[in-house]
Amino acid sequence: MIEVRDLKKSFGRQAILDGVNLRIEKGESVVIIGRSGGGKSVLLKHLVALLKPDSGQVLVDGEDVVPMNERQLLPVRHKFGMLFQGAALFDSMTVAENIAFPFRREKKMAKEEVARKVSEVLAMVELPGTEEKKPSELSGGMRKRVGLARAIVYQPQIVLYDEPTTGLDPVVSDSIDKLILRVRDRLDVTTVVVTHDMRSARRLGQRIMMLHDKKIYVTGTADEIFESKDPLVRKFIDGISDAN
Amino acid sequence: MRKRLSCGLRRRKRLLREFPKEHWNQSLPTLGILPLGKFCSALLVSATVMISEAKQWVVEWIEGLGRLSILAREAITSLFTLKVAWCDFLYQLYFVGVKSQSVVLITGAFTGMVLSAQTYMQFHKVRMDTATLAVVSVAMCSELGPVLTGLMVAGRVGAAIAAEVGTMRVTEQIDALRTLATHPVDYLVVPRLLALHVALPLLTVESITVGIVGAWIVGVQIYDIDATYAWANMLKYTTTSVVVVGLIKAVVFGGIVALIGCYKGMFCGEGAEGVGRATTEAVVYSSITILITNLFLTLSLGQIFHTF
Repeated sequence: MIEVRDLKKSFGRQAILDGVNLRIEKGESVVIIGRSGGGKSVLLKHLVALLKPDSGQVLVDGEDVVPMNERQLLPVRHKFGMLFQGAALFDSMTVAENIAFPFRREKKMAKEEVARKVSEVLAMVELPGTEEKKPSELSGGMRKRVGLARAIVYQPQIVLYDEPTTGLDPVVSDSIDKLILRVRDRLDVTTVVVTHDMRSARRLGQRIMMLHDKKIYVTGTADEIFESKDPLVRKFIDGISDAN
Repeated sequence: MRKRLSCGLRRRKRLLREFPKEHWNQSLPTLGILPLGKFCSALLVSATVMISEAKQWVVEWIEGLGRLSILAREAITSLFTLKVAWCDFLYQLYFVGVKSQSVVLITGAFTGMVLSAQTYMQFHKVRMDTATLAVVSVAMCSELGPVLTGLMVAGRVGAAIAAEVGTMRVTEQIDALRTLATHPVDYLVVPRLLALHVALPLLTVESITVGIVGAWIVGVQIYDIDATYAWANMLKYTTTSVVVVGLIKAVVFGGIVALIGCYKGMFCGEGAEGVGRATTEAVVYSSITILITNLFLTLSLGQIFHTF
């Protein structure tokens, strides 16, 4: 479904990704782990062509998205839904307007149908009755739920999550993890999660990739990675730093 | 002679090599205690650094111009190929047009009044009192009306556009738009561009009108100019072409404010500092662009419409 070949990206003189190769199959649930500032979010943004690489290919359903311009990318992006780190809700709109945003240009759909879809996804993310609230009135966890509702309302094939549990307390993090699993199972979507939360990674990932030193350092099933003897992987999973 | 030259060159290279790198960025007072040779080579290094910085500035400037041109092309393509979202357009028209009225009206009225007073004071010396309103009217219609309205709107609306779009960029809302299969130019730039193209000429007309009314009050009521002659002269010299030139200018200035505001917002730096800088730059660059464009529009439109 998604394939990345020899992806290189640098900002100014600083190389962020240097020869990343990966493949994500349809219906799979993949977690990309790695240190903060290691380029995980940058890699995720390349998958949906929000960033252009310096070199390399990103294939979505066999189609290279790198040479496409913004207008050619619009139909490709219909396949994707993305939950951003800070939820990225449109703060001038209400929750309902945010979620109905993908339908705003589709004149064919009746208002009642849009409203029904909005309340359906809000119920799915366990936030019924919040349609008229503004994003500023919501807590961090609620904002992420609304962000997820907006990402899945038009039933994409792939959902990308950029650090979905960062900055949330363990209980809310747990509920977000459960929500991601529920969305995956109910909508049968391919899931790509970027995180450095090991508990989330273990729970969400059928396959885990570790990004280290600008490359995919290791790939394996969740069990393989969590039982790995590799010192670098162990250090990351156990959360041991080099500092004294 | 050649030997001496090559000796000099070799010496300069050696000095450059020997000059400690940590001194390159030091200030001149520190360099004052260095031997003359080293001081000269430090100057040489400073010049090299300055040239490379100037080169970088020129490259960035050309890059920026290129990005702005691409944005303008995208906006024009979108304008002619897409259905306009009337709801967004109307909201922007309200924000740009209705909300800017007070500032534009005050500017127009007081500029008209002060211009009338100043013109009367000079013209009275040569007994041309009744030409006062004509001068004010022509100046307001062709130059001051569009330029001052453009500058005031650049300050109010250009800054607001840059701040809003810039905040959307730093909070990843523009990326969210793109993942929701919406082109940021279609959603953010086109309604603002259209609204400013429509609103600025209307605001300019308002500004010109209140300017002339203000000038009439000052000229006729305060300085006691003969109202009939002043009015007749004003109508005689304020030709249709003068008004059309002013309106064309207003349409162009509307485009400048919208495009520069959106451009600065969409390519702003990270964080609050980036948004702050984008806002300031949007106002400064649109104001300067309006003033420079005005000269060329005056020259070219003057030829086309024979306003002289």
